[in-house]
Amino acid sequence: MSKFGGSNSKKNVPGISSGSLSDIVFMLLFFFMVTTQLRETENKVIVKLPEATEAAKLERKDLSANINIGTPVRHLQSQFGTDARIQLNDSFKTVDDIRDFIAAERDAMSEAERSLMTVNLRVDEDVRMGIVSDVKQELRRCSALKIMYASRKPGND
Amino acid sequence: MAKKKTPEINSSSTADIAFLLLCYFLMTTTMGEQSGLQRRLPPIPDKDVKVEDQKVNRRNIVIVRINSADKLFAGNEAMDINFLKEKMKVFLSNPNNDPSLPEKEEKEIEGKTYLVSKGVISLQNDRGTSYEAYIAVQNELVKAVNELRDEFSVAQFGRKFSLLTEDQQNIVKKAVPQNISEAEPKDTGKKK
Repeated sequence: MSKFGGSNSKKNVPGISSGSLSDIVFMLLFFFMVTTQLRETENKVIVKLPEATEAAKLERKDLSANINIGTPVRHLQSQFGTDARIQLNDSFKTVDDIRDFIAAERDAMSEAERSLMTVNLRVDEDVRMGIVSDVKQELRRCSALKIMYASRKPGND
Repeated sequence: MAKKKTPEINSSSTADIAFLLLCYFLMTTTMGEQSGLQRRLPPIPDKDVKVEDQKVNRRNIVIVRINSADKLFAGNEAMDINFLKEKMKVFLSNPNNDPSLPEKEEKEIEGKTYLVSKGVISLQNDRGTSYEAYIAVQNELVKAVNELRDEFSVAQFGRKFSLLTEDQQNIVKKAVPQNISEAEPKDTGKKK
């Protein structure tokens, strides 16, 4: 590497060690693993949450059961129509299936935490209240009384 | 003297593996932060229990109705949603001890007595009400209660509600209860 002739100007540029690169990436990885949660279900209904300035954060996300209500997504509309539907877990259900759904969610929790379960109602803003009232009545019958109307704070996306 | 050197393991590919993992988690997880308005539904009343004690004095209840055209009625008058919060605050706090507004009762909370309003807001909706309007009204009602709690906190503890300790917050919550009852749906208007 004697570019400039002189034999005593033989300087080796030290190679950049890439050994720590993996550590950096692992750190990023752990960051995302801690701050995010696994997407457990695929959304089959379009849910655009209504805005509410007083929305409060749900404290125990692991103790919530999600009920999605909205119109089916575009590619399922030919099959299920455009009327508002209830989605529990991964499929379209009716109001009568909520009882089993709540029971299953309760079973998955420990005894002490069952009373803290919150049912998270994720309802599209264009849905009529009729179907929501039916769901609420059914939840009362299942004595799942803690509910949350999911909504977003204005300004966030 | 065959001194065998163990060749160093090339570690440059661990970064690639970690990136792959990172991408996997980025794709499958959500940052989703759940927020919303938390409520407690009333339990289904027992058939055996008489509903006598559920009778609430007329002056203690205000009925907020949203009809199928998303029109809002508070008490018996039509109202714009922008005025609802102020009206509800007056209703719940009853600053001038108006006999037509809710009565207050003295309650002992953590050794001190406070005047607690007995007012209940009854929210009624129609099957045809849109969810957006319903949440907007719910939001205004919660906002009215939150502002009253803030005022109470400043008067009692000199700080806003969100800055109080948990014990103090519990006192405030008891002194300014969030009495919003969601009535059973009435079947008026067009059927779906």
